[in-house]
Amino acid sequence: MQIPAPFDYVRATSVDNALELLARYGPESRVVAGGHSLLPMMKLRLSRPEWLIDINDLYELDFILRDGNKLRVGALTRHTTLLESDEVAALFPIVRDAELVIADPVVRNRGTIGGSLCQADPAEDLSTVCDVLAAEAVIRGPRGERILSMSEFHRGPYETAVGQDELLCELRFGIRPRTGSAYEKVERRVGDWAVGAAGAAVTLAADGTVDDAAVGLTALGLDHLVADAAAVLRGRRPDEELFAQAGRLAAAACDPVADQRGPVDYKRHLADELTQRVLRRACARAAQMQEG
Amino acid sequence: MQISMTVNGNDVTSEIEPRVLLVHYIREVLGLTGTHWGCDTSNCGTCVVLMDGQPVKSCTVLAAMAAGHDIRTVEGLATGGTLDPVQQGFMEEHGLQCGFCTPGMMLTARALLDKNPHPDDTEIRQAISGQICRCTGYATIVRSVQWAAAHPAGHGLDDAPATDYSAGTGLDGTDTAVPDVATETAETGTEVKA
Repeated sequence: MQIPAPFDYVRATSVDNALELLARYGPESRVVAGGHSLLPMMKLRLSRPEWLIDINDLYELDFILRDGNKLRVGALTRHTTLLESDEVAALFPIVRDAELVIADPVVRNRGTIGGSLCQADPAEDLSTVCDVLAAEAVIRGPRGERILSMSEFHRGPYETAVGQDELLCELRFGIRPRTGSAYEKVERRVGDWAVGAAGAAVTLAADGTVDDAAVGLTALGLDHLVADAAAVLRGRRPDEELFAQAGRLAAAACDPVADQRGPVDYKRHLADELTQRVLRRACARAAQMQEG
Repeated sequence: MQISMTVNGNDVTSEIEPRVLLVHYIREVLGLTGTHWGCDTSNCGTCVVLMDGQPVKSCTVLAAMAAGHDIRTVEGLATGGTLDPVQQGFMEEHGLQCGFCTPGMMLTARALLDKNPHPDDTEIRQAISGQICRCTGYATIVRSVQWAAAHPAGHGLDDAPATDYSAGTGLDGTDTAVPDVATETAETGTEVKA
């Protein structure tokens, strides 16, 4: 039987209250939202917080809101809510693509976007999605609010810029015209971590050439965007040859490790193939948006 | 700490340790052992209960986190002595073999039908994709959920009388009594006890 080590439990009533509790209980306290990463770690005693601060009552952080040319998503928004949002799917189809393959439907009822990002597992899908969409992270703490880019937010595996006394409150996604996005993952079975996954966002210019592009990989040993992808794609007309070129770039840029999910050459092949697929789909969606 | 929640329509209050998981609270404190405890790692889904109508894996929810919420377990599926159509479907379509995954499967099915009364097979398969039937009886589970979708009132008033399995008579009047397997297989020389 897996049971966490003893801890004290407190339920936060507001963001301000959560920040007070984090300040009061210090480094031995942890915030829990969906709990589907933290509780398994606590059961294995890999994590032993003395205080667990439950933020599930902070409904103020559970929202999807269009605000001018930005979509604001509260950190406590559940995976299921993101998956089922038609507004999110229309603006950022990559989110629905990814949410469909994150864990399983029952886990998605509990897990949150903020929890996924703060867990910062290298095989976590929404980190790549947020990278590709150039999202901004809104963090609140005792010194007020700060807004970070994704490259500032990520610090490596299981580490982010969110301080011990801070709370990730919101993600902001810029809405751009003529932009399409897509995500695809290969997994051994439903709910397993990715063998490999890729995400892409493409903005087309009025003449149909690529204006801007981003390609990201999950679980393939690359903790940032595929650097040269945008440079290679920009100004070019999307076609199979271009997708193949970007695929080769992604395969060269990634640095996967061999494990029970597959050898290195197979994972490199995935980086190549999945990059081509998501670029193909992102471009088609961008063109559709252009016509629409 | 003290927690209160609603379980199958009843208000319950208990003194617990904060680290008690919802599955153990339900089974050991409340004595509702219909909720099964399986992998302990939120993979198998046999511990699924409904929390405010949504399926959750109770091995990965603290009882403290469920406080103030509405919990429904397999014991709460039947109402007034009448089985839920999902339960009837699992009987009609042989939706279980060993039965270990069944409580979780039925609760997920109930939540699916509440949201989407006419799911297709793909939607049913997606809904139960986080739950494992180690007997691999998925095809019959899907058929069981389809039966429930086709009979939203179960064996309702307009339907034939509900099957009384104890009497050995099926809906259509055919004999459903357990055959004497030992006798029927006697010719092949295989000794099987029913």
